[in-house]
Amino acid sequence: MKRKLVMVGNGMAGVRCIEEILKLDREAFEMTIFGSEPHPNYNRILLSTVLQGNTSIEEITLNSWEWYEQNGIRLFAGETVTEIDSEQRLVHTDRGRTVEYDELILATGSNPFILPIPGADLPGVTAFRDIKDCERMIEYAKTYKKAAVIGGGLLGLEAARGLLNLGMEVDVIHIFDYLMERQLDPTASKLLQRELEKQGMNFLLCKETAELFGNGRVEGVRFKDGTEIAADLVVMAVGIRPNVDLARKSGIAVNRGIVVNDYLETSVPHIYAVGECAEHRGVVYGLVAPLYEQGKVLAEAICGRKGRPYEGSVVSTQLKVSGVDVFSAGEFMDGEGTESIKLYDEARGIYKKVVVREGNIVGAVLFGDTSEGRKLFDMIHRGDSLESLSLSLFAPISTEGKGSLVAAMADNDVVCGCNGVTKGAICQAIAEHGLKTVAEVRDCTNASRSCGGCKGLVAELLEYMLGAEASRYATKETVCSCTDLSRDEVIKAIKEKRLTTVKEVMYVLEWKNEEGCSKCRPALNYYLGMLYPGEYNEEVESLFVNERLHANIQADGTYSVVPRMYGGVTTVEQLRKIADVAEKYNVPMIKLTGGQRIDLLGVKKEDLPRVWAELGMPSGYAYAKALRTVKTCVGKQFCRFGTQDSTGLGIRMEQTFERLKTPHKVKMAVSACPRNCAESGIKDVGIVGVEGGWEIYVGGNGGTHLRAADLLCTVKTEEEVIEMTGAFLQYYRESAHYLERTSKWVERVGLEHIREVLFDVEMRRGLLERLHQALAATKDPWREIAESEELRQTLFRDMAEKEPVPAE
Amino acid sequence: MAKVEIGRIDQLPKRLGKCVRIGALELALFRTGEDRVYAVENRCPHKGGDLSQGIVSGEFVFCPLHDWKVCLKDGQVQAPDEGCVKTYRVTVEDGHLYVEL
Repeated sequence: MKRKLVMVGNGMAGVRCIEEILKLDREAFEMTIFGSEPHPNYNRILLSTVLQGNTSIEEITLNSWEWYEQNGIRLFAGETVTEIDSEQRLVHTDRGRTVEYDELILATGSNPFILPIPGADLPGVTAFRDIKDCERMIEYAKTYKKAAVIGGGLLGLEAARGLLNLGMEVDVIHIFDYLMERQLDPTASKLLQRELEKQGMNFLLCKETAELFGNGRVEGVRFKDGTEIAADLVVMAVGIRPNVDLARKSGIAVNRGIVVNDYLETSVPHIYAVGECAEHRGVVYGLVAPLYEQGKVLAEAICGRKGRPYEGSVVSTQLKVSGVDVFSAGEFMDGEGTESIKLYDEARGIYKKVVVREGNIVGAVLFGDTSEGRKLFDMIHRGDSLESLSLSLFAPISTEGKGSLVAAMADNDVVCGCNGVTKGAICQAIAEHGLKTVAEVRDCTNASRSCGGCKGLVAELLEYMLGAEASRYATKETVCSCTDLSRDEVIKAIKEKRLTTVKEVMYVLEWKNEEGCSKCRPALNYYLGMLYPGEYNEEVESLFVNERLHANIQADGTYSVVPRMYGGVTTVEQLRKIADVAEKYNVPMIKLTGGQRIDLLGVKKEDLPRVWAELGMPSGYAYAKALRTVKTCVGKQFCRFGTQDSTGLGIRMEQTFERLKTPHKVKMAVSACPRNCAESGIKDVGIVGVEGGWEIYVGGNGGTHLRAADLLCTVKTEEEVIEMTGAFLQYYRESAHYLERTSKWVERVGLEHIREVLFDVEMRRGLLERLHQALAATKDPWREIAESEELRQTLFRDMAEKEPVPAE
Repeated sequence: MAKVEIGRIDQLPKRLGKCVRIGALELALFRTGEDRVYAVENRCPHKGGDLSQGIVSGEFVFCPLHDWKVCLKDGQVQAPDEGCVKTYRVTVEDGHLYVEL
């Protein structure tokens, strides 16, 4: 019989924990969730965007009603648990309901702190914590003009920005002499204040509120110093308190939060706490990343797979406050025994500070440009020495254009060779039609429409024509037309905000097209899989048909099947099996591929799983953005010129890297001598055996973008070939755009840069570590499908055929 | 007009198309993220692609052969490409799907 799991609270941390449990074991529990709010789980962090008018409440919903239903979870929304009977293992609710549990999770979150001052209960005074508060403010803004926000922390400033958007005048009241003192130092704070004042906020600093007054509803705020201001709406954003009432009443140990150990267990057996209500090693966390970490540990523990304990989190703050980027981490205030390095560019509104103690980096604040935040955070976390700090962090941002190549071109010089478009034609189009981006130039003149090789030149021309204004648009290549963000910006946001599904990425990053398109969905799937190896479950609906069905779709709607044949070497048994299967399923064409394997063409979709099962061979990934083949020559075992065992190394490489997903397909080859019978010079990674060693070539291509590979390095042993190839592949996986072949990528980032990364021992070690994580998480998809009736039903089976309708 | 029962709604996963043959006629069936069900002729007007295997986004499907974008509501191919596929009305009654031919 299933165990009964009850969760009190229906917020982000708790529901994430439930998701983790479902991932580990769908069948283990019968689940019930109680939430006091009458909504399914929504993204509380995005409430400010709802208030600011950019998003609807539906859009911030994380788990729909349907999600609960599909996962067999009973949700009682708008119902509050009032009592826990830990002897009988029962919970009682305010609606008189009683539910039994075997395991109970408390995820009660926190409550806004309301100042205990006279008038705090007047109508027109609100907190900013839930959808109800948000709706109340929106309603108020329709009738009233003057708002006061008490609290100059992040939440207060978010509320103030929202109220400005709603057309109210806003005073922000803060007890300290500068804003966001928990995240910023005074310098950064003053810069922020200046920016927000420009946006229309008014600040009253060093003001302590004494009372709220009004007749029937709030009319103003009075301070301890005797002064007062008028206000029709007062928002209290002075902090939050963990919601521990229920736990305390039930005899569970409570300090500031509900006390938990490293497995999120409370003092009472079978009761756990997770999220903002929990206190772990004396710390109550409020940011979402640590809470998600807790959820994961708890899920494992509750499923009986107690693994790694939760040992606390080191947090950093990276935020956008009213459009301004702010970052801080560690010991960011100057104090005794610390020294700091600062860059303060008042003109551009950029401030960077790194705090050092005894030669080690211990904290940082960034304002205006937070691009180095993640890197600094890692350095602080590791306690790196000052020497490892790259000076580029403090390099002034150059406004001088470098000697421009395009300026020197004549008007009739051709920029786009494919379409014969001249510099003159492009300049004219830019001027006449007010074009601002490479994409607009492409649509208007055809320049860069075909091979795309001239995109860089077009971008430079835009810069040349439009001056500084162009830099905002010119070089930016967005993921697709659903977003204005580039690949790098999306990856950065995924990491910082710890976004974990395609859906989450699309709505947190405000995708213009709610469900994305055929370009961004597969790309996001890839990026998430690359960033979270082993954790991320590929979303099958977002895969291109070939990767969804693990076969190549053909012009007539049939599919092709290419089994793995390591290094292009086969056996009598394999050939016999292939022949038998081809005969049994009437395969119309059997063909040798360019990658030294056998292709069975014309297989029907519904036959695919049976064909794979009967072949009993692993998938050759001939359909995937992944390692395809390792082509080899005969090698020294038989060839009179061969200097090395090329087939042996080829097989080894294919076995090492098979199933590895990459931004685009990857082909490799190993030749045993410079005669290069395996065509190593036009492969993504091509190995050439020489006397006493191996040459490693990268970035070659024999397809659309015919390109000879560059010599990366020469090494002595097979082990070194595997290591260097692995590091190269991983760096490609981490930094290339989805659908960018290595040939393009090597040209874009530069071979020298790639060498610098791969030849750095530390960096190479890191790359290999992450590569192995990714490899360890792979499984043979053909086998997985052959073993799962559910997958076969969902993906391969059509609806039953029906009789034709007789003509009338 | 004929109304043909073609299966149950729970056989149709969201945003993953399925094909159904009714005699010589082949339809692509879709259940969108917002839980609306559509049926269109399963032949992209470009090269006859199997639309049922395309990526579904909102009320559009992208043909798996050459990425043409087809509207499921009215069958119109989206610019810059041109063309149209036939659409069929589908209704759900008691969990059963019916298509009107």
